[in-house]
Amino acid sequence: MCSILGIVNENGKLFSAKYIIEGITLMNERCNGLGGGFAAYGLYPEYKDYYALHILLKDVELKDQVAEMLKDYVNIYKDEEIETRNVERIPQDYTPWRFFVDVPERYTNDADNYIIDLAMKINNTGGALVISSGKNMGVFKAIGYPDEVAKLYKLENYKAYMWLAHGRYPTNTRGWWGGAHPFSILDNSIVHNGEITSYGTNKRFLESYGYKCSYFTDSEVLAYLWDLLVRRHKLPIEVASEVLAPPFWEQIERMPPEKRRIVEALRMTYGPAMVNGPFSIVIANGSGLTGVAGNGTMVGLSDRIKLRPLICARKDETTFMASEESAIKAVCRNPDNVWAPRAGEPTVAMVNGDV
Amino acid sequence: MEMYSSVPEFRVIIDRQACRLCKRCIENCSFGALEWRDNKVKAFDDRCVACQRCVSMCPEDAIALRRTPSAMSAHPIWTENARRDVFTQSRTGAILLASTGNELHERVIFDNLLLDACQVTNPAIDPLREPIELRTYIGRKPRFVELEELDDSLKLKTELSPALRLEIPIMIAQMSYGAISLEAHEALARAAVMRGTTMGSGEGGLHKKLYPYADHIIVQVASGRFGVHPAYLEAGAAVEIKIGQGAKPGIGGHLPGTKITEEISEARMIPVGADAISPAPHHDIYSIEDLAQLVNSLKEATRYKKPVLVKIAAVHNVAAISSGICRAGADAIVIDGFRAGTGATPKVIRDNVGIPIELALASVDQRLREEGIRNETSIIASGTIRNSGDVAKAIALGADAVKIGTAALIALGCTVCKRCYTGKCAWGIATQDPRLRSRLDPVEGAQHVSNLLLAWSIELKEILGAAGINSIESLRGNRDRLRGYGLDHTMLEILGVQPAGS
Amino acid sequence: MRIVANYKHYKELNEEIFQAVQAGVAELTLEDVNGQRFIADCLKGKLNIDIYGTPGNDLGMFMDGPTVTVFGNAQDGVGNTMSSGKIIIHGDGRDILGHSMRGGKIFVRGDVGYRVGIHMKTYKSNVPIIVAGGRAGDFLGEYMAGGMIIVLGIHNRAKKAEILGDWIATGQHGGAIYVRGNVDDSKLGNGASQFPLTSDDEIAVKKVLKEYCHVFGLDLESLLDSEFTKIAPLSHRPYAALYTCE
Repeated sequence: MCSILGIVNENGKLFSAKYIIEGITLMNERCNGLGGGFAAYGLYPEYKDYYALHILLKDVELKDQVAEMLKDYVNIYKDEEIETRNVERIPQDYTPWRFFVDVPERYTNDADNYIIDLAMKINNTGGALVISSGKNMGVFKAIGYPDEVAKLYKLENYKAYMWLAHGRYPTNTRGWWGGAHPFSILDNSIVHNGEITSYGTNKRFLESYGYKCSYFTDSEVLAYLWDLLVRRHKLPIEVASEVLAPPFWEQIERMPPEKRRIVEALRMTYGPAMVNGPFSIVIANGSGLTGVAGNGTMVGLSDRIKLRPLICARKDETTFMASEESAIKAVCRNPDNVWAPRAGEPTVAMVNGDV
Repeated sequence: MEMYSSVPEFRVIIDRQACRLCKRCIENCSFGALEWRDNKVKAFDDRCVACQRCVSMCPEDAIALRRTPSAMSAHPIWTENARRDVFTQSRTGAILLASTGNELHERVIFDNLLLDACQVTNPAIDPLREPIELRTYIGRKPRFVELEELDDSLKLKTELSPALRLEIPIMIAQMSYGAISLEAHEALARAAVMRGTTMGSGEGGLHKKLYPYADHIIVQVASGRFGVHPAYLEAGAAVEIKIGQGAKPGIGGHLPGTKITEEISEARMIPVGADAISPAPHHDIYSIEDLAQLVNSLKEATRYKKPVLVKIAAVHNVAAISSGICRAGADAIVIDGFRAGTGATPKVIRDNVGIPIELALASVDQRLREEGIRNETSIIASGTIRNSGDVAKAIALGADAVKIGTAALIALGCTVCKRCYTGKCAWGIATQDPRLRSRLDPVEGAQHVSNLLLAWSIELKEILGAAGINSIESLRGNRDRLRGYGLDHTMLEILGVQPAGS
Repeated sequence: MRIVANYKHYKELNEEIFQAVQAGVAELTLEDVNGQRFIADCLKGKLNIDIYGTPGNDLGMFMDGPTVTVFGNAQDGVGNTMSSGKIIIHGDGRDILGHSMRGGKIFVRGDVGYRVGIHMKTYKSNVPIIVAGGRAGDFLGEYMAGGMIIVLGIHNRAKKAEILGDWIATGQHGGAIYVRGNVDDSKLGNGASQFPLTSDDEIAVKKVLKEYCHVFGLDLESLLDSEFTKIAPLSHRPYAALYTCE
């Protein structure tokens, strides 16, 4: 059990964190205070050409060590402590730091993969965790209820055009800062409700494509699967969704021939990428990806037999995706439209405006 | 031959009060253990193999078989079997022949693996009502799928390799016509059709009666190349190259000329009465690149429309060999563990060569993943799959599907008397004797095998549902849903499984 | 009596409702409800509760008697294990609506979600009834052991959208589902089949729909303009041959 919420302004207009905080807090009943987090897109317009690395440092003294390590691989344009305040219930296990970096010229052709490799290297050092690594975006997460985490990071000072939020109720792994959602890789962030029964299969599949799963959580696996399918294998969002939550064979048999050929090929090839068990997810994707058109998307998806809830709504140029309708109503009293997407059917909101 | 012990292994007990002297038992005993003497049934215990035929055919339930209590002094090392074997060889100077599988190593690692189930944090799925999928495609899969947009709609750009579509991840193993009867062969083929899976032709060609089922038959190409000809290759659903089998790795085969009847001669395409010798190696494969050559020649022969499988025995270096096989272009690798069954094999090979399927499977799957080529081939595991629990565990360790041999034969009536090599099978399975063969009705036999596969399929769905999984591909390689119980650290590490409780 | 729920926690809100009911209040109006769970949970007897806003999960759980009207959408688990009474939803209902419901009625003006009416059952004189004005998702009437579900597809049919999901009535072993219009056999799950309506069925459906139309101000005749399809179990013991013994 967890709570998830995503809000996106499709014209790329920035809005305050207040809405996402209010919405996610309404669902505190769905979490137990062992993890909360936010992802925000459009955070750093003045540095939008740089990869913004949000790094949790086990010890503030590690900062120099991490900076030294980074310097071996990238140019650091700027770095600073991410401002926090004391929140009673949140143990100060980590010091969050942000680095704005760019990739040396000879690696710019493959900059995204270069950054992923670097993030995985830093994560392997033990004391430092890269919690986000995209451009013009960042993740804020910790132990605590989401509203406490928002308070910790002084989120009221930030504006973004797309927000994700998560309240955690850990099942398989202990509650710790690194285990909180969103999970993020480059510009993809994911919040997730549910427990994946296919974790081992998914993880081993990803490993043969070079990913290292170091957080032991379902959501990390989902973030990497999405990265593999959408960024690396260039599958359209609807198709990638069909890989994660594929139709049943008996449904496939009723499809028109060409569609059937495609879905069969997807299931045969990406069978190990199917995500089994209950899940609903919201995935945000920013604008900074090399070679990916558009200014970002938000995708909501639930498992193929709908074992976790997902409700969507629209009001003017804003789209909402949430575990419960009430979370949306908390910030948008009269949406134009509220609907429950069908199992396995993605709801996609595109950001068209400049961001 | 003189006997090592004067006490036969089994004693035939006839209830003289109940016996109505119908002689049915005598007619049914194919091992000559019952004869009509002095107006009654006389038992020759030393010839009895405990095949149970007389017991089941006696209309009065007047026959019982008992294992004879040993009168020999016990010794923990020099077991009766060990002593009997030495004695037999000292009197014959010959290789000890054996049937069925390994008898020396009783431990089955599957029994030390425990499956997982859902409680609270996610729902178990009810397989009786909600869909749970077992469909499995055997074959090479691409590393990724490419689509292109044409006229506003998506088209598939990636061409997929031919794959075998199985409705259940359980296949029937390769058993040749010759080793088993035509009736047994037909029953297995019919069962494969009934359940949407495949059976193997074995290495003895295909009788013309089996051709109507050939789209559910994997035709085998072994070192003897018996019955391999264009029509045979074209008829099968897939082609399987047999390098070795778990019960006799590195050992060839020998079907004595006495068993080469008119019909077997026709299927194997060799003269009646001539010995059918399968060499130990393929004499066109002395190294891995030669395997690639045979794989490619078979793909060429079948116009790239059929998957080509390669079957090997689980030997020590199975992981590296499998990697080579995958790179040689095999669409699937069949790994036969050291407990696998057979009609005839040297006992010393059967009991001492090879490694358990659980370890072989785990290390092959791991190796292929490490090399990033796991998607490029399917892995099929065999060698004592005894129930649906074994199937689930093999799949969780990494198998795409399993093959069953002995279990399918038991469904046909085999009682595991371990005398396949005599050709006297009283149940009409491992025999070519027309009188014995007539005891096996292929239609009824097929129904029994089909029932078994159906029951296991339903149980598999129960296992998956309990684990909150609604499609078999999410169990495949999902070692997180297994725990080891009573396994040592090294073994757990090879299996990639955590100990129970962790 | 009027209670403004606003941002109250459900414990606080439900305590106020409980106290009011204890004090003999029979007419309650809840305003600004948003996400509060368990409203009318286990309430008994004659009682009217009008809810404005979006009530949270498990509305009317274990309820035995009251009438609850929602002016808006509801969330998951409406009428969970309810014994009797009536729940009227002027918007949409979501997943597992009517789960294990033993009696009473749930009338939804709009669509309903997944696994609606799952394991609903009759007991003695109690016969649970669910009517959905719009479409219903997959696994409608799963394990259904008794009672009646009616799916009307009013606005969905106008848009030519499918009004049923897949695996309808899978594992059904009692009760009946009536669908306005034709149903493709591929929509049905294991154990259920289509049957023609008997005259008793027609009378029963008409009686329920009359009440439904009255509640929502709809025209009964126009709902009866097309044939209904009846989905009922093939057997009361669909799994009798499933097990064997060692």
